[in-house]
Formats: sequence, C-alpha cells, structure tokens
Amino acid sequence: MSDLRAELKKSIIEQLNLEELEVKDISNEEPLFGDGLGLDSIDALELIVLLEKDYGIKLTEPQQGKEIFVSIDKMANYIEANRTK
Amino acid sequence: MNRDYRITNFVKIKNHKIYKGREQIFSEERSEDLNSFLKNAYSSFNMSYPKFYKMDSLCKLGTIATEVLLKGRKIHPETALVFSNSASSLETDKIHQNSMGKGVSPSVFVYTLPNIISGEISIKYGLQSENAFFISKTFDSGLIHNYTEILLDLNKAGEVVCGWIELKNDRYDVFLCLISNEGEISFSKENLEELYLFKDE
Repeated sequence: MSDLRAELKKSIIEQLNLEELEVKDISNEEPLFGDGLGLDSIDALELIVLLEKDYGIKLTEPQQGKEIFVSIDKMANYIEANRTK
Repeated sequence: MNRDYRITNFVKIKNHKIYKGREQIFSEERSEDLNSFLKNAYSSFNMSYPKFYKMDSLCKLGTIATEVLLKGRKIHPETALVFSNSASSLETDKIHQNSMGKGVSPSVFVYTLPNIISGEISIKYGLQSENAFFISKTFDSGLIHNYTEILLDLNKAGEVVCGWIELKNDRYDVFLCLISNEGEISFSKENLEELYLFKDE
C-alpha cells in the first residue's frame, strides 16, 4: 500500500472519529459513502477541510467532491496530481 | 383531558454511575474523564451504533440514556422527546469558538445547538414526532410535566421521553423518563421531582 493511501486512511479515521475501524479495514477501492464506509454529508465537509489543511487543495465546486471522494484510490490520485504541500 | 399517565421507567446518569429505575446498572469510577466513561458505558451495553463516536459528549449522554431507557421496548415513531438543561450546548460552543482562526470543524459545528440531541435520537429510533428542548436554570419538573401532558392529552404523542440532559465543565447530570400508560408510578410533577433527586448513596 502506498504511503499516501495509508496516510489518508489514518487521517480519515482520526478526523471522522471512525473509532471502530483500523487502517487495514478500509480497502483502496471501497466506496467511502453509501454502502461502503457509510460516511455522511458532514463527513464530506470534513474531507474538504482535510484536503485543504493537509494537502493545500481548495475545492471550490461542490460537484468536485462527488468525483474525488469516491474511494481512497480516487482521493489519492487527485491529491497526487493537485497537492501544493 | 388529563388521562392517567405513568412514569414507565427512568434513567439517571451522574457521578460515573448509571441507574435504570432505582437499580445501578453501570459504574466506572476509574474513568478519568467523561469521554472514557461514555465509551466504556457504550461497550458495556453492547451498543452497535458507530455514529456514537462522532457525537459530542452531550449527545453521547442523551444517546446512552435513551438506549438504557428504551432497550427491549417497541418504539413507536410518534414517541415525542421533551428535553431541558441549563447550559445548552455550551461545552461544544466553547470548542467551536476556540477553533476559530485555526480552522473550524464542520463536525463540531453541527453540535452547537442542544436540540441536535433530539435529532440524533430521532434518527436512531426512526422517530417522526414532536420534540422540544427547553433551557431553564434548574430541572423544572412543572415545565416538563405540563408540556408532556399537553402532548399526550392532544394525542400529539402516545408516549414521551422527557427530562434533563445537562453538561457543564465536564460535570454531567442526566435524568430521563419514559411516560406512557404503563407502570406503577403516577406521572406527576412531585414524582418527577422526587425521582430526579433520588440518590442511591
């Protein structure tokens, strides 16, 4: 597993208080919302904050979130291509 | 109309102890802080509700109290919720205020109103019912009794969960009752007051 993907999983567990999960419980392809991790709209806002704080990525269009927060893989690919820190 | 309503059961959470009725069902005096106490209570009651971990402490108190109060009971979607406290959501308000300038958290911000407790409990039990959250200096048994009785008299609810959920400076005091047609204790202002003041020590 790439470091970024592991780092993302750790951050998501911490930021979203997913205390019953460990890094190994989250797969790279698993949907983050809906049937996968079951995240909700407030979690989506937390992910937007996380992108800005940790990777210097500011999302301006709400639609972008839907495309990026599909899975850990999708998030990691987007971060690798757009990170400023 | 004033039918014969009953205090079917009650729950108290205070000083690291949880009572269902007059029976102590959980004690965790070793817990150093409220969050540890709440997490240990959650585990002890075999609760399976991951959203619990995302809640602020006030909501966790309300969620554990209703879990104890309603466990094993068929919950009607029209069960009303009538809560009160004096500190509102002050603990989370302070956390939110302190984060300003450093980057606020959406998941903290959503808990900066006390009536989110009613929302969390409604989601957990699928309630589509009347709810109210009053702010009063101390537990006002008359206010809770009157409002609950009106809801029942007007058939706005068949049952009501009502009481006090307070959290201030890490000190907590929870007293919730289930009001219905079942039980031995008559639903009165005086009985509410007496049960609120009940101490096992």
